[in-house]
Amino acid sequence: MVVLKLLIKNGHVVDARTGRNGIFDILVDEGKIAEIGKDLEVDSNCDYIDATGKYVVPGFVDAHCHLRDPGYEYKEDIESGSASAALGGFTSVACMPNTSPCIDNQEVVKYIINKAKQEAYVNVYPIGAITKGQKGEELSEIGELKFAGAVAISDDGKPVKSSSLMKKALQYASMFDITVISHCEDLDLAEEGVMNEGYQSTIMGLRGIPSVAESIMVARDLLLAEYTNAPIHIAHVSTEASVALIRFAKKRGVKVTAETCPHYFSLTEEACEGFNTMAKVNPPLRTKRDVEAIIQGLKDGTIDVIATDHAPHHEDEKNVEFNMAASGMVGFETALSLIVTNLVNPGILTIEQVVEKMCLNPSRILGLNKGVLEVGRTADITIFDINEERVIDVSKFRSKSKNSPFDKFKLKGAVYHTIVNGKVVVREKVLL
Amino acid sequence: MSLKGKDLLGLRDLSREEIEYILDTAKTMKLVLLSNNKKTPHLQGKSVVTLFYENSTRTRLSFELASKYMGASSANVVASSSSVAKGESLIDTARTIDQMGTDVIVIRHPMAGAPSLIARNVKASVINAGDGMNEHPTQALLDIFTIIEKKGTLNGLKVAIIGDIYHSRVARSNIWGMTKLGAEVCVAGPATLLPPQLEKTGVKVYSTVQEALIDADVVMGLRIQLERQKSGLFPSLREYARFFGLDEKRLKLAKKDVLLLHPGPVNRGVELTTSVIDGEHSLINEQVTNGVAVRMALLYLLTRKGGSFETAN
Repeated sequence: MVVLKLLIKNGHVVDARTGRNGIFDILVDEGKIAEIGKDLEVDSNCDYIDATGKYVVPGFVDAHCHLRDPGYEYKEDIESGSASAALGGFTSVACMPNTSPCIDNQEVVKYIINKAKQEAYVNVYPIGAITKGQKGEELSEIGELKFAGAVAISDDGKPVKSSSLMKKALQYASMFDITVISHCEDLDLAEEGVMNEGYQSTIMGLRGIPSVAESIMVARDLLLAEYTNAPIHIAHVSTEASVALIRFAKKRGVKVTAETCPHYFSLTEEACEGFNTMAKVNPPLRTKRDVEAIIQGLKDGTIDVIATDHAPHHEDEKNVEFNMAASGMVGFETALSLIVTNLVNPGILTIEQVVEKMCLNPSRILGLNKGVLEVGRTADITIFDINEERVIDVSKFRSKSKNSPFDKFKLKGAVYHTIVNGKVVVREKVLL
Repeated sequence: MSLKGKDLLGLRDLSREEIEYILDTAKTMKLVLLSNNKKTPHLQGKSVVTLFYENSTRTRLSFELASKYMGASSANVVASSSSVAKGESLIDTARTIDQMGTDVIVIRHPMAGAPSLIARNVKASVINAGDGMNEHPTQALLDIFTIIEKKGTLNGLKVAIIGDIYHSRVARSNIWGMTKLGAEVCVAGPATLLPPQLEKTGVKVYSTVQEALIDADVVMGLRIQLERQKSGLFPSLREYARFFGLDEKRLKLAKKDVLLLHPGPVNRGVELTTSVIDGEHSLINEQVTNGVAVRMALLYLLTRKGGSFETAN
């Protein structure tokens, strides 16, 4: 296939690292950014995208998603998951290891990388498990995982219960310069909870997961990271106390980064009303006070990353009793609209800050050479509009799964074009 | 007047007017129940299926007799002996029952929200006979009926609900129903058995039984649900009885003509002493009778007009 040049004309280019923020043209040649400037010329051999009135930013990098491949392909696979990601403006995604088999050895890492080469619409980076089988008993072969291509390690879905093992994981992983991503949850405190413990669980008669079940583990892991002087990334922060603890740890110089997800700044526990299993997620949706703290943490930089925690589940796993329902929601195809509607339009984050949290910071944490618009870089570019109104229709999702609590929500902001390695993958909101 | 919904899932969803309407209808049904000829044609040509995923004697029997007294065809599905044991999903089981021409499905289930899940998936009316820790609306209706029968009204009465509120669907339904009818509801129990932020429902929460009992018009003891109890919520039954049990001495803190209710079955000597259970204030036996009347009323109201309901104006 002849690779044409691509000229992106007249877009509002925002890049967090170079500080570029204004109307520019971008020329892409042989998969790389060849030129960024004013009034670049179109020649006859050049593909062309008119980005007038739209933002042109580095492709989004999702530090936390579940592609369910291998093992749970009925929920999602690398093809469908990466297609969904591309439509959401993501050009790189890091997938969590709770597959079957689990990504706890180099062979599974290689399987994912090879399959992604053949089928994926975006760059796919596996995250390895901290412990073998994510059982929390013995460290997995972290060095081999890293050399096979894993970009971080995590037992996501489960905490590493043993403090001693977590300490060793941090020490051992930092030797290989690979970040530990911690799913913070004290399972003893969470007991058999299925939603946030609070007024809503009281009136629905459901067992609650207290917010302290998360925060207490955040505190432990921050202390362990400080003690070992190793980097740690806190996954899916959902509570006010977690934000406060992370802020405190950053002041003390702990090498901590943190992420939250769109649902934690968009919804509260009330979304569970009527036993709505689409709003069942772990950690659970919290209270207004927590949402406000998350938003403050995003604004002041305590929270570095917005990740989706895209967690596809089959209809049959959601259309059951609330207690029995699987936890999690799909997130790729709603992330940008939720960010625009709930963070950008109310003036909480600038587009530059969004680029930091969606592109630059996740790339840094995962050690990817991504998230920056600069001449010579691979052309991973996302173009979106912040004024367009859309009504979410889950049945139109490209993901195999439709489990989203945002169905029928009216939101602002739409991804128009996604360019991966110089190739237009999504054009005018259509996957090519 | 009619009920707004196709189903009775809980008292949280009902208006004061709907609750009063059910109670009024139950009065008539009680006359039938106490007459010599316990047979009415109200449910003739209708069918009622009870689908119980938890053990029950009184509630299931109460529904079954209520349907039979009114001429309905009734059948019981006991979860363990049916296809449920083969792993059939709740929705599939409910749809199967629905397809057999069932007018009312009465369900008891250990998980909160199970009745609303099936209500969304069947044509039949669904009555919640207890779902997890969520609601047990017919129990609360019979409790309220029993109180009003004695006191004439709930408005302005102080009702003390004592014990394991956390696990109690009876407490939740009573809180919704009684506060809607104007009662002042107080609860007391060990801190580990009180659900968080309960006061936001409009009740007063006390940590000692004594405070809750002072000048109460009605006292409701709740069963310590040993089968639901996770260890560590309270140290021992002995200590529970000492600090939270209802005995004659404590009951004296309430008004002289206090009414004592208990949803049963009672753990004698734990939440209530035997002398209190069998004492002059106890309405435990009346509650059972009234349960049948209330369920007759509900079955009638939900099956009227061929199973479809007008929206109340």
